[in-house]
Amino acid sequence: MAEHVHNLEIFRGLIKFKSITQKIWGVLVLLTIVTTVEVALGISKPEALLSNFFGMKILNWIFIILTLVKAYYITWDFMHMRDETKALRRMVVWTVIFLICYLLFILLQEGGYVFDVYSNGYIKRDF
Amino acid sequence: MDNTVSTGTEGKDWGGGNQPLKASYGKMMIWFFIVSDALTFLGFLAAYGFSRFKFIDSWPIADEVFTHIPFYHEPMPMIYVAFMTFVLIMSSVTMVLAVDAGHEMKKAKVTFYMLLTIFGGMIFVGSQAWEWATFIKGDYGAVQTKGGNILQFGEYVEKDREKIFKRVALRDFVITEDDGRINHEQKNGLWFKSEGTQPTYTVEEVIKGLESHDNVLIKTEILDEKGEKTILSRGSSLKQLKDNGKIVVEGANLHVNEYGTPLFADFFFFITGFHGFHVFSGVIINIIIFFNVILGTYERRKNYEMVEKVALYWHFVDLVWVFVFTFFYLV
Repeated sequence: MAEHVHNLEIFRGLIKFKSITQKIWGVLVLLTIVTTVEVALGISKPEALLSNFFGMKILNWIFIILTLVKAYYITWDFMHMRDETKALRRMVVWTVIFLICYLLFILLQEGGYVFDVYSNGYIKRDF
Repeated sequence: MDNTVSTGTEGKDWGGGNQPLKASYGKMMIWFFIVSDALTFLGFLAAYGFSRFKFIDSWPIADEVFTHIPFYHEPMPMIYVAFMTFVLIMSSVTMVLAVDAGHEMKKAKVTFYMLLTIFGGMIFVGSQAWEWATFIKGDYGAVQTKGGNILQFGEYVEKDREKIFKRVALRDFVITEDDGRINHEQKNGLWFKSEGTQPTYTVEEVIKGLESHDNVLIKTEILDEKGEKTILSRGSSLKQLKDNGKIVVEGANLHVNEYGTPLFADFFFFITGFHGFHVFSGVIINIIIFFNVILGTYERRKNYEMVEKVALYWHFVDLVWVFVFTFFYLV
């Protein structure tokens, strides 16, 4: 980014900003909308979204997806990852994503197992 | 003596002296620091997930824990933390604007935006401190059972023709009596030992209070199918409190927690504390860079890359908060 060349497109070119400043404000608007949706859903908790889907409430899946959307735009536009070389991008992002999936899988699996031992085994907790 | 050795790679990609990633040393290193720091936070949040899955049927509901906003006493879940999130995102924006102004070598603009960023960070840390203080102080109080479960109190009230369960604070129904128990202080003891603060009420007083208030019921930690806390009938409320009630808990610390399992408080203090410490260090680093900008260090250096590096750290702190926000307050 030595020459300060900025990629001014987001949404794969659906929105193209005129300047870097304009892009920053555009991303802020996007992040604010996403956060507002999260808070609104968190307060209202619509009945329809409380059913179970792959081990979690649909609402929780929505929260996690919206969080990843926010994380993407913070990294890509605020941290200028969009303007870095592909190699640097992959070095940072793929490493982290791989390790996140790995550790989360192990720990959440184990947590669920311990829960089963507590509830199906001979350990009494309700006193 | 001629020190140069010909390797046959001069002028090629592996011959050295070029930047394949087109990023300076410093910027690459801040990225690698961010990767390792992200993994530290991953460790904390994954451990939180582990504990939560372990107690998936009794974990506290964040909406019932973080309900406070300053100067207003009705429960308002999420509002304050949403405000904190917005402050941090906003300070990220001013930081990007500072970086952008740095690219254009506009010293005054960089100074102004850095200052705004520092203010944003300070507001956030201050809000975090208030959030901690409120959490530690607690509001309703609860009783912990022999098994370490938390019993909270409340009553059914009519609101908009709907029956809702409203929490009742210990101070509103417990009948106090002087039991002659005083706090043991260091100056009175033989071995110069003192004890921690005693709860305002004893379990016996809570039992008396519950007996004389027909409307008050116990809310347990156990979640029902709809994801709400189970509320005991009048009879089993009294039985549960008399059989198993052990200590009165007011507020939260690392040992006890009136909102539910102590693990919840431990993780709250640890994760938001570690994040708050990051924000605090970020503010300090930003202040140092701010003064460097004023002194014209980067003007003389003819580039503002240092501002870019601290900006990367600052955005990372924002990024972590986005995840803490989701996993502590939303999910």
